[in-house]
Amino acid sequence: MRVVIAEDLFLLREGLIRLLEAYGFEVAAAVDNGEDFLSAVRTHRPDVAVVDVRLPPSFTDEGLRAALAARGEIPGLPILVLSQYVEQLYARELLADGAGAVGYLLKDRVFDGDQFTDAIKRVADGGTAMDPEVIARLLARNVAAEGPLARLSPREREVLELMAEGRSNAAIAQRLFVTERAVAKHTAAIFTKLDLQQSDDDNRRVLAVLAYLGR
Amino acid sequence: MSGTAISRRAFGGGPLALARAVAFLGLMIAGIAALIVVIAPPLLAVLGLGHLLQDMLTRQGVGGDEATRDLAGGLAGLICCRFVLPRALLVIRSLATRTRTLSRRWCGVPIGSAYQPPPADPRRLGYLQRMSWLVNDVGTWQDLLWLAVSAVVGSVLLIVPVMLVGVGVVAFIVPALSLAGLNIDGLRDVIPPPAFPGNTPAVLFVIGLALVALGLWTAPSMLRGYAGLARFVLSPSEQAELELRVMHLDKTRRETLDTGAAELRRIERDLHDGAQARLVAMGLTLDAAGRLIDTDPAAARALLIEARDASAKALAELRDLVRGIHPPVLADRGLADAVRALALDSPLRVTVTGALAGRPPAPVESAAYFAVSELLTNVAKHSGAHAAEVDLRHSSGALRISVRDNGPGGADPSRGTGLRGIERRVAAFDGVLVVSSPAGGPTVVTLEVPCALS
Repeated sequence: MRVVIAEDLFLLREGLIRLLEAYGFEVAAAVDNGEDFLSAVRTHRPDVAVVDVRLPPSFTDEGLRAALAARGEIPGLPILVLSQYVEQLYARELLADGAGAVGYLLKDRVFDGDQFTDAIKRVADGGTAMDPEVIARLLARNVAAEGPLARLSPREREVLELMAEGRSNAAIAQRLFVTERAVAKHTAAIFTKLDLQQSDDDNRRVLAVLAYLGR
Repeated sequence: MSGTAISRRAFGGGPLALARAVAFLGLMIAGIAALIVVIAPPLLAVLGLGHLLQDMLTRQGVGGDEATRDLAGGLAGLICCRFVLPRALLVIRSLATRTRTLSRRWCGVPIGSAYQPPPADPRRLGYLQRMSWLVNDVGTWQDLLWLAVSAVVGSVLLIVPVMLVGVGVVAFIVPALSLAGLNIDGLRDVIPPPAFPGNTPAVLFVIGLALVALGLWTAPSMLRGYAGLARFVLSPSEQAELELRVMHLDKTRRETLDTGAAELRRIERDLHDGAQARLVAMGLTLDAAGRLIDTDPAAARALLIEARDASAKALAELRDLVRGIHPPVLADRGLADAVRALALDSPLRVTVTGALAGRPPAPVESAAYFAVSELLTNVAKHSGAHAAEVDLRHSSGALRISVRDNGPGGADPSRGTGLRGIERRVAAFDGVLVVSSPAGGPTVVTLEVPCALS
């Protein structure tokens, strides 16, 4: 799987390259600013791109804007955005085109190589990888508003959280130490309680949940 | 313009203006009474005691009725100076303040307050301190000057329309009674209108009507004239305005420095107890892992995982700290998007309207952001509301942000330190905070900070 990396801090960039190569990814290019990222994506057409939000020259949300621009140019290009902090506002912007194949994670998540590379693969396959912190805040907001979410059982809420992060039924089952069938039952209950359209397609299901939470 | 419009403009405001002129006259009379209370005691004291002293010095037989009278008068004057004088001056001050408010409300003539800021707690001042506060304030002397001027010139302006209408009404009564079929011959002795020529009811009627009309017609302009006069005398002097400004700047500067220092202390403490401590612990864990790696690889692995988790916690703490210092989204996107991000994080349904064509200066932006953040937290915690609206815009040289909730209202800005803190923060930029929270809601908090966009 070919990856393009945009990260301006040398140590982190090298760390990422080493990590990804250790897991069998091929790093096609590693750049340190938004403009180079755009041209690298154009030339290499990677399977997935990993971008830091804050990049030179502006050191603001240059990386995010480059990512959105790249998606505009190459529709559906899988992109995973990394950041020192997560903002729901940015998560919404990434999800806005409804095409999926986006990830938005805190930089700390690279500490766990298995989970991190799992997220990259998910995004490359057209799925989503939302940081648990984004999801937690989305849920907190919805619970406080006392909507239908309050009717979910604690277990169902756990499943919903993992689903919103972008995980498949199999991954959720593994995470919660239950069978896939049990997870399927929970998700069906969640979709009924939230009055959402059922779907067999994992990605569409995740996007529906995110759209519901982000109303 | 139609005839009715002209007449409405000319006479419609008449009765109201007349009533207001009477109210101003009342204020003026009260003021003059207070002025007499101010002038009489020192005069009495000086005259009485002075006379007594003169008698003593010239040795013309001190004693007797005259001396007793002088002494009593002088002491009475002194006692009044001690107990009545400052109170009378404050009464005059409140009357002048009332005149200022009314001339703005009734005549559209704004008059700024001309007083120096009062001491922290005027009630607890000793007599001498209180007198020196009042005497050293130019505003006090302006009040006294105003009473003199309004008694001499202002009274004419107010009395003219009142007199015209009054005399007109009197001239009216005789013909009115005669029309009502009463015998007016007896009444002529009680209400004699001999000054009016003719003396027939018809003539009196016409004259009365004309006088009342004239009185009502002149009342609004006379009232405006009075307010203009008040403005001329009561407006703060340039020096008073500068003094106020210096005091305001001094206060806000001190508060800003205090807040800044407290903030640095908080950051230092947070770093010391949080990230720094965690890094130390991480170092120790890694060291232990290094020692165990050959003898007990499993334990070493557990320690390494522990160190990794500690670094994640340290990062999370640093992230929270950074959010509190300067939120990244504010740096990235500016105020409008940062407020949108706040709205998304709030447990309430918050809608954000309005937009900014540029970015305010960074310190203003930051102060405004934290103000909105705190206001939304307040709404979520105390208001009982479940939805809020934030509107932000920049017009006529000021950034205006209003936060409105759908709670039951009744918020008291004097309670709680939250609003006071926000007020202090925006005051450093000459900004103001206005809270409107009628019982039954909605509560609207508006902050306005003068600034330019870039």
